Amino acid sequence: MFRYFVRRVLQGVLTFFGATFIVYALMFANQTDPLQALAGERPLPDNVRQALTERYHLDDPFIVQYGHYMRGLLTGDFGVSLTNRKISEMMSQAWPVTIRLAVLAMIIAVMISVTAGIISGIRRGGPFDTVTLVITLILLALPIVVLAPLAQLLFGIQLKWFPATAGADPGLFQLILPAAVLASLVIATEIRVTRASVAENLRADYVRTARAKGLSKRRVIGIHVLRNSLIPVVTLIGLDLGNLMAGAIVTEGVFNIPGVGFNLFRGIRTEDGPLVVGFVSILVIVFIVVNLVVDLLYAVLDPRIRYE
Amino acid sequence: MSNVESVTQAETPAAATAPNGGDGGAEKPRSLASDAWRDLRRNWIFWVAAVLVVLVVVMAAFPGLFTSADPSFCQLSRQHAGPSGSAIFGYDFQGCDVYARTIYGARNSVAIGLLATLMSGAISLVIGMAAGYFGGWVDALLARGIDIVLGIPTLLAAIVLARRLSDSEDSGFLPVVLTLGVLTWTTGARIMRSSVIAAKSQDYVAAARMLGAGHARLMFRHILPNAAAPFVVVLTILLGANIATEATLTFLGVGLRGDEISWGIDISQASQFVREAPAPLVWPALFLAATVLAFIMLGDAIRDAFDPRLR
Repeated sequence: MFRYFVRRVLQGVLTFFGATFIVYALMFANQTDPLQALAGERPLPDNVRQALTERYHLDDPFIVQYGHYMRGLLTGDFGVSLTNRKISEMMSQAWPVTIRLAVLAMIIAVMISVTAGIISGIRRGGPFDTVTLVITLILLALPIVVLAPLAQLLFGIQLKWFPATAGADPGLFQLILPAAVLASLVIATEIRVTRASVAENLRADYVRTARAKGLSKRRVIGIHVLRNSLIPVVTLIGLDLGNLMAGAIVTEGVFNIPGVGFNLFRGIRTEDGPLVVGFVSILVIVFIVVNLVVDLLYAVLDPRIRYE
Repeated sequence: MSNVESVTQAETPAAATAPNGGDGGAEKPRSLASDAWRDLRRNWIFWVAAVLVVLVVVMAAFPGLFTSADPSFCQLSRQHAGPSGSAIFGYDFQGCDVYARTIYGARNSVAIGLLATLMSGAISLVIGMAAGYFGGWVDALLARGIDIVLGIPTLLAAIVLARRLSDSEDSGFLPVVLTLGVLTWTTGARIMRSSVIAAKSQDYVAAARMLGAGHARLMFRHILPNAAAPFVVVLTILLGANIATEATLTFLGVGLRGDEISWGIDISQASQFVREAPAPLVWPALFLAATVLAFIMLGDAIRDAFDPRLR
């Protein structure tokens, strides 16, 4: 376990440096006038230009600039947006909203996909299974830019079941529709994986033993199969996080939820370069850390992984 | 955004009913490809997907076949006007014909999807082939590289990269293609690597090597054709995912822009006026979803046919 832990953490550190380096290089390297690019199409006054040059250490060689950027990231200093607000401050306001949304989305996703996945896995090839698989195929193919506005139109504006947009401090009810939209991004894969592992575990020796001991069907499936089938679903949460982040940008933009994605959405539209870089850096870090944690958790849950 | 990974790893749909191919040994032995084709012909998902794909490609190549209206002719006087005989989907905020714009929008999506997938396919072919064929430290190095790229959420990197590449003057076409091409090759490279490793240890490769074939000949003449099937499947699904990501980037404002006609632009514009007029939002969205679905279903169906483990 210890060796696996060390190896995986080292790998995570490497990925962290590589990924942040790429993001930073994408934004700043090799540009004739990075400051103008930051400001987008707006003209840049001289005093602002000077201040920005100093702030981003543009007179230093590239690798030193990256060093400054890394120090900022590690000490929690993510820079200042063009509207002169601290990115870390905007983040601390936005995170609670986004976390509320994400947790709600995860609950919806897990509830639906575990139930549907188990039923499909037990009755493979039955009508429920066939219908579920066709639905998952359609869900996999629906881009978030289609899903979010259409869901808003159908359930928010036409049927009026849910509020079409959320306000400054959205409550649970206002978040249900956007959370369901986000959840549908990951439901399809989760159903398919649960179904596959349930079907596989049903054939396992320990299930046969449990049945032979005369345990009830409910206990065999509820305890023995379910527990072992959920292990691969845990890893998916890590992989899905990237999808969820991408989805959150569009969903929060469409439903007007003042979370992390909404800030990024607005930053892109108003061409606020420093804001975009700051937010993207933080999201990349979150992504890497969560994936690391999930991988380690996976090794704890399933001892076979450690000895690969 | 792109669900390629999940699609390729996910279970096969039961709708692709198991083939009943083993009808006696009297028939002459068939190759994997002809076997797969037999399967495909019986799969209704394949036919639905293929018809849709052909339709979208024809739409992209010859939009004039479907509409005689000019998609860039807009009149504010007919803003949000309802459907009529000449414009069956009605008019949008600018007073442009929604049907014509939706038809013409296919071109950008298909072109970007194809070019980006070709580029990403070329990158993953080279990297996956090198990692799988040479193994050892080359493999270790490339695997770490793949890990790093996988460590960056695609859409986030695409936002930064597309912004960075695009000049405010141009239409954003090339930046989007480059962005998608550079960021989406990881799945293809991994699939290529594992199928090359599997193909490399076959006897016919050893035989060719003993006959004196060089690295290039071994790789492209002997290993590649036998490792190509899963790769092609991944690329088909990636094509659909790329079209979806393009629309998302455009929707966010870092993809296509200006006078370009594209589903992403139309969805982005119409979503602001969705309370007044839903039609300009719904139609491009449905066309986009159907196109993405078609490519993903096609890839899914081909994978099922080529995967002998499911027989």
